[in-house]
Amino acid sequence: MSILNLHNYLNTYLVLAALLFAMGVYGMVSRRTLVGMLISAELILAAASINFMAFNRFTAPDPTVGQIFALFIMAIAAAEAAIGLSITIAVYRNYKSVDIEDIVDLKG
Amino acid sequence: MNTTDQISSGILGILTTDGLGGFADEAAGIIFLMMLATTLIGGIIAFNARQLIHAVQGLAVCFIGVAAIYYYLNSPFLAMMQMLIYVGAVCITISFAILLAAPEEDKKQGPPSVLSGPFGIITAGMIAFAMVSLALKTEFTIMPKVNMGDMKLIGSKLLTTYSMVFELVSIVLLIAIIGSLVIGRKGRSK
Repeated sequence: MSILNLHNYLNTYLVLAALLFAMGVYGMVSRRTLVGMLISAELILAAASINFMAFNRFTAPDPTVGQIFALFIMAIAAAEAAIGLSITIAVYRNYKSVDIEDIVDLKG
Repeated sequence: MNTTDQISSGILGILTTDGLGGFADEAAGIIFLMMLATTLIGGIIAFNARQLIHAVQGLAVCFIGVAAIYYYLNSPFLAMMQMLIYVGAVCITISFAILLAAPEEDKKQGPPSVLSGPFGIITAGMIAFAMVSLALKTEFTIMPKVNMGDMKLIGSKLLTTYSMVFELVSIVLLIAIIGSLVIGRKGRSK
């Protein structure tokens, strides 16, 4: 297993996806603004998509299924980004801040 | 290389059997390593940058790397969609939100969150360790491929087998557009 042949192994992609997922989780718990948390959520979704595509390429019998699923993940992520950002802007308009400490009275 | 590998090697297989031989193989390996580094560095910038606008730029770099990874996973269609939707649309939308809401990470000098220091790093590290060790230890059964998974098949499957999901996703997108317009508009006339 040479290092230049790394792209032919399933484990490469799984490790990459795990690292991206961990980065997203760390960003999610450490960011203090809503936009920063949204960026981390996008990282987590990208990791999930890479996992789907890796298993689709290496193990699944029908390689179209994973691609279609990743396409649907993209559509849902775009919808999530649009909704999340409009909520961010609405919160900013009311609280003049998007810091999560300032909007803590939104919790039920 | 058995037949499964030959079917599934797709684009890169065509590239390497095109008379270029070993050189194209090595070039593919080198470009893959570069794109792997691009993805990881972009991800590190995205979760670690102090300025949020830098974080969005890191996210765009990371998504370009992910698009290249999709290309190596035999899916040029998904790679193009990744560039269009994520790099072109999602990153730009997030930068608009940053411009409109002007969030500053350092503006308030409050006590930092408990999880933002070593605890968060340990948590994320443990998750990564668990997933990596699970991935490396498991033996995955490889099924024989039934088709090439090219763009034509994706299109026909989207409009036949998965047409219900396709329509549902378009309705979800429509509702998301209308909902974000309604939420964003509320309170503007004040």
